[in-house]
Amino acid sequence: MCLGVPGKIIDIYVKDGLRIGKIDFGGVTREACLEALPEARIGEYTMIHAGFALNVLSEEEAMETLSTLHELEEFEQEASLEEDGAAG
Amino acid sequence: MNDAALTQFTQEFRSAERVKPVIEEIRRTVTRPWTIMEICGGQTHSIMQYGLDQLLPPEIELVHGPGCPVCVTPLELIDKALAIASRPDVIFCSYGDMLRVPGSRQDLFSIRAQGGQVKVVYSPLDAVRLAKENPDKQVVFFAIGFETTAPPNALSVLQAKAMGLTNYSILVSHVRVPPAMHAILGSPHNRVQGFLAAGHVCTVMGYEEYPPIASQYRVPIVVTGFEPLDLVQGILMCVRQLEAGTYDVENAYPRLVTREGNPAARQIIERAFITCDRNWRGIGMIPDSGWKLRPELSDFDAEIKFQVGDIQTRESEVCIAGQIMQGFKKPVDCPAFGTACSPQNPLGAPMVSSEGACSAYFRFARQS
Ligand code: SF4
Repeated sequence: MCLGVPGKIIDIYVKDGLRIGKIDFGGVTREACLEALPEARIGEYTMIHAGFALNVLSEEEAMETLSTLHELEEFEQEASLEEDGAAG
Repeated sequence: MNDAALTQFTQEFRSAERVKPVIEEIRRTVTRPWTIMEICGGQTHSIMQYGLDQLLPPEIELVHGPGCPVCVTPLELIDKALAIASRPDVIFCSYGDMLRVPGSRQDLFSIRAQGGQVKVVYSPLDAVRLAKENPDKQVVFFAIGFETTAPPNALSVLQAKAMGLTNYSILVSHVRVPPAMHAILGSPHNRVQGFLAAGHVCTVMGYEEYPPIASQYRVPIVVTGFEPLDLVQGILMCVRQLEAGTYDVENAYPRLVTREGNPAARQIIERAFITCDRNWRGIGMIPDSGWKLRPELSDFDAEIKFQVGDIQTRESEVCIAGQIMQGFKKPVDCPAFGTACSPQNPLGAPMVSSEGACSAYFRFARQS
């Protein structure tokens, strides 16, 4: 229930007085309520819970997280090189 | 961002190659045993599915929190749901997980087999649509969940009111995470030394509620996502703090969570709900730990609309779900696990919920 599914907003309209988006989940489209995202725009990615969009996904932050972790990978490689060196 | 970028992100956050160096860093950082609780049952399932518990160094013990809405819904309310769903004039709508949850005597599934109209809906707004299409029926939605499902559940009532529907109501069992953290940390038996806070709860609520908890109990709290890479990163940040003796609130899920959360979503909650005391199944009453409908929306409250009266509840005598959800025990410590209790024949809710710890251990075959 709390897991949520990420999807792309491909259309925005009003239905029964609610702000609704058409969401593309990798080829499958479904409607979701965008009442909590008054500023979301077509083309943005969002996380859907129980037919309701909760937040827009920040690409910048996702990149930032991946690059911080990438530094760890490099550190790891260097460390294992050093270990190999010491052993040799 | 384009579609390829999203696919790439998702893959990267799931990649075993990416998880490994983070695990190695945890191994290098840790010097002594620590017990960390992931709050959310969705996180528990990810941890088991990707075997993260087995990759971590033995010093790190993960215990599984109460963040499974199906598991903590009180037995009394499930029995009420069963009574309401049995009525011939009712269409009872629920999230799918709830159908196999044992009440005192039966479950929603058996009510459906006996001819009751029990429908699984994807969203409470689907239940509102059903109410509009079936003016001669009472449509009742079982509004369970944490902060994540509170906005859609609240909005369904506001929407039904705006549409002038008098045949829609909700049976509310809403719970909130921070009071549960207080209850766990305040217990004399507490074992939890650090928390992974539930990322999607924080998408709505932000994380301003956590610094007072972190400093009162001196526990680090790290807002954490659901993919394997998110989880190991949350664990790493938590372990670094534990080793350094700090107890700050950090955000390991910034691509979806901001400090202030989503104010528009919180406003929807506040328009429909006020906080209240709630009973958590297996755990007991936690003050101010839930939401109920505002008094002015009582026409939409199924408990008031259908006076189901006094119900004698009867809980399984062997189920230790409450102790598991507070971090005292693991599913495998339950004598019924995998024998008397299985997904086909559940004795407790955590064995059938897709966010339940017992179901995670059973599905991914954890014997220890
Ligand atoms: S294995 Fe079954 S009986 Fe035991 S704690 Fe889990 S749900 Fe309850």
